[in-house]
Amino acid sequence: MGLAAAFFYLFAGVLIASAFMVIAARNPVHSVLWLILAFFNAAGLFLLLGAEFLAMILVVVYVGAVAVLFLFVVMMLDIDFAELRQGFLEYVPIGAVIGAIFLVELLLVVTTWIFSPEAAAQAQVPIPGDMSNVAAIGQVLYTKYILFFQLSGMVLLVAMIGAIVLTLRHKAGVKRQDISVQVARNPATAIEVRKVESGKGI
Amino acid sequence: MSSTVITQDMLIIMSPELLLAIGAMVLLMIGAFRSDGGLGIVTGGAIAMIITAAALVNLMHVGDTELFGGSIIIDGFSRFMKTLILIGSGVALIMSIDWMRSANMDRFEYPVLIVLATLGMLIMASAGDLIALYLGLELQSLSLYVLASIQRDSTRSTEAGLKYFALGALSSGMLLYGSSLIYGFTGTINLAQIATMAGHEGASVGLVFGLVFLIAGLAFKVSAVPFHMWTPDVYEGAPTPVAAFFAAAPKVAAMALFVRVLISGFPTMTPEWQQIIVFVAIASMVLGAFAAIGQRNIKRLMAYSSIGHMGYALVGLAAGSEGGVKGVIIYMALYVAMTLGAFTCILAMRRGDAAVEEIDDLAGLSRSNPLMAFVLAMLLFSLAGIPPLAGFFAKWFVFNAAVEAGLYALAVIGVLASVVGAYYYLRVIKIMYFDEPAPAFDRMSGELSTVLGISGVVVVLFSIYPAPLVSMAAEAAKALF
Repeated sequence: MGLAAAFFYLFAGVLIASAFMVIAARNPVHSVLWLILAFFNAAGLFLLLGAEFLAMILVVVYVGAVAVLFLFVVMMLDIDFAELRQGFLEYVPIGAVIGAIFLVELLLVVTTWIFSPEAAAQAQVPIPGDMSNVAAIGQVLYTKYILFFQLSGMVLLVAMIGAIVLTLRHKAGVKRQDISVQVARNPATAIEVRKVESGKGI
Repeated sequence: MSSTVITQDMLIIMSPELLLAIGAMVLLMIGAFRSDGGLGIVTGGAIAMIITAAALVNLMHVGDTELFGGSIIIDGFSRFMKTLILIGSGVALIMSIDWMRSANMDRFEYPVLIVLATLGMLIMASAGDLIALYLGLELQSLSLYVLASIQRDSTRSTEAGLKYFALGALSSGMLLYGSSLIYGFTGTINLAQIATMAGHEGASVGLVFGLVFLIAGLAFKVSAVPFHMWTPDVYEGAPTPVAAFFAAAPKVAAMALFVRVLISGFPTMTPEWQQIIVFVAIASMVLGAFAAIGQRNIKRLMAYSSIGHMGYALVGLAAGSEGGVKGVIIYMALYVAMTLGAFTCILAMRRGDAAVEEIDDLAGLSRSNPLMAFVLAMLLFSLAGIPPLAGFFAKWFVFNAAVEAGLYALAVIGVLASVVGAYYYLRVIKIMYFDEPAPAFDRMSGELSTVLGISGVVVVLFSIYPAPLVSMAAEAAKALF
């Protein structure tokens, strides 16, 4: 139990420190790298909870896809972050006040936390003991939770339609690739034989 | 686990949702693969599907039931709200036919997105747990964000979309945070089980905290007062048919969700949420009444008007009784009829193929187009709640419920706010009837005049013969208690 607790504090500590560095780092590329470290530590916390599937998904999706995309965007955009931060100090007092209010509210909630014994018994789908949690998720995701699964699919479809509607532009005069036309070219259509008179160009 | 098997009954009960989901994908394919975009076919198909879905909701039911382990609740309340949502979406789509033709909006995605948004709203109307609630809400909102900025070459339209998206994402975040707290403190996401747990445990601080965040998220979706800031800008910036759509169906869906969550999820915590709803209702009614006075743009005026009307509808919810819910249902039904009618007139405000939106453009409408002026005046009188018309009865039902629940102050403030609110509706009527005529508008298209006619008939018919709607609403409200 001691080892697990030690790892919990290690992961949690590094997580909080790197999350802080995400907003404190001067260089935006460093911020993204700190973010990746934060994701890895969050994955470590999931592992400690026995949710190895979530841990792997977090690494694959967030580190593998999202953070790398962030990195691309940050590197490609020419934003002077130092300029953006100007005036940051002016807003510190109000930010501190709001932060303090949230902290007090959170403490109020956390200190009144009583985990009701009935709540645990009510868990929607308890994980069977003899099963890895990938298998456990697989058992309910496409059966008990088919509705949620399909609805999430619809939400993603809308996101896709939205991205295309708002950004796709067909510019006139741009040469596009049309595989079938390109493959169907033959010497008769592609080559033109011209008689060139000597002394003149085409 | 009987809930894991998908039976034929389930497919029949879910047929309206399945029709919209599969139909939207088919329409998307048609639009993508036809070289001309196939806007006509896609729009026609979307309208036909929405009408069919409305028929299926009412014809294919096999009694009240719960599906997917309580995630989807089919009862009188959800059936009534779904019918209302489908009517609102279908009419809004019909109203935009003319606009799509004239504004060169050859984007077949527009009807598809409306169908997908409607699917989200149907899920919202019958959501029985927090995840179904969130997914339905997000499906609807995401489609609406895109619709708001569908005129992507117009700065105002993109600004409206962006503003709506940023604030909407914030409200979704609050809603999720509230949901997670509620789940943490009750151990369940199912509304009925949350009600049982809250009954056992009493109102713990954490549960109230979660509930407040949940209410904040929902209040944003109905644009009730502390969370109303996006409404005027989005209505003004979005294309008019989109604003008409925003004003009707999504409001019904969000209000249905609001009622369902509070009445079936937290019946034992009524005193806790009642005070929040009372505050939100008063703030919405008062702000809707006062802020609309200075408006020059008719779409902004309608935005403040809808904020105020959501306040009146919430008065019924604040009562927390069966009569109150009945009032909310009647209010939403009549609100949809009146608002869609008023937006038809705004859509008809076109001069020389350009839309005009200032209230002063309506000057002297009684002489250039007496019929349109008469119907619009009647709708505005009804929105203001002048006695013989439908809007008066709608307000009467909610205020009556508030008085029965002992919320006298709320009812009195509501009546006072509606007196102030009457001023700006009457000002529009005064401009139409007594000011020097502005140049006449272009001829109204056939679809628009039909919609306007139907809306006028509904408003008059309800004031003469209210019994059918009242009894249907009473039946729907009974399902929640």
